[in-house]
Amino acid sequence: MSLWSYANPRRFLDVTTPALPWLWGAALLLTATGLLWGFFLTPDDYRQGSTVKIIYLHVPSAMLAINAWIMMLVASLIWLVRRHHVSALAARAAAPVGLAMTLVALWTGAVWGSPMWGTWWAWDPRLTSFFILLLFYLGYVALWEAVPDPDTAADLTSGLCLVGSVFALLSRYAVNFWSQGLHQGATLSLDARENIADVFWLPLLVCIAGFVLLFVALVLTRTQTEIRARRLRALRLRARGAEA
Amino acid sequence: MPDLGPYALEVALAYAGALLILAALCGATWIRWKRLRDEERDEHG
Repeated sequence: MSLWSYANPRRFLDVTTPALPWLWGAALLLTATGLLWGFFLTPDDYRQGSTVKIIYLHVPSAMLAINAWIMMLVASLIWLVRRHHVSALAARAAAPVGLAMTLVALWTGAVWGSPMWGTWWAWDPRLTSFFILLLFYLGYVALWEAVPDPDTAADLTSGLCLVGSVFALLSRYAVNFWSQGLHQGATLSLDARENIADVFWLPLLVCIAGFVLLFVALVLTRTQTEIRARRLRALRLRARGAEA
Repeated sequence: MPDLGPYALEVALAYAGALLILAALCGATWIRWKRLRDEERDEHG
């Protein structure tokens, strides 16, 4: 069976409905385990004290803020090339989730930066690119709401998504090629000498897994909602047409 | 409760704000999902 068969809304609902309770359960279990482990059972950092506990919220949310936009980009490209409605609706469903993740990353970063950097905010390359990403998320959500015709809205938001991808990628790689900022380099590395100590790394890994599952559960739930909203709208328009 | 030392306020603010945003997102998602599922059921009788 082809992957494209899941682009059928009916099949999408049939496949995702039984999976959703398991996904939500696993997401909440992993997220709660990771956060409780990190908050209660890990030591303070020798330089940053207890503020290191913010890492368990900041890093997973920042990763997802960027990757949500990349997922929206892939879904938008599928819409533009193959005109599958489910992919356009999945991109629409992911945007508020990415927006919330960006807000969490900015909030936790600001609160962490206050005692460590001596300021809540600086126009640092990574912070600035994240702020621009937040504006793109707001614009994307607003554009979907502003255009009444769903196909036109999907076309326009796909275009916006392509442009915003530059800032999503910039947010990801800003710390690598702009060294003058306040923000540190990448927290996680495949090089064991550069990576954070295992005592912080293991609960962080659980939190990241939990946030990823939470993202998937939220996007699938919201995509189901968008499919139902579009179907109900079509049914009501048809009923109104029959009455007239 | 771990001793958060001089940064107790910052850590508490970070956790409270982040969990509030995530809870609001999950709550709004669930409420809209349930409303539309019920509307669809009503529509189909």
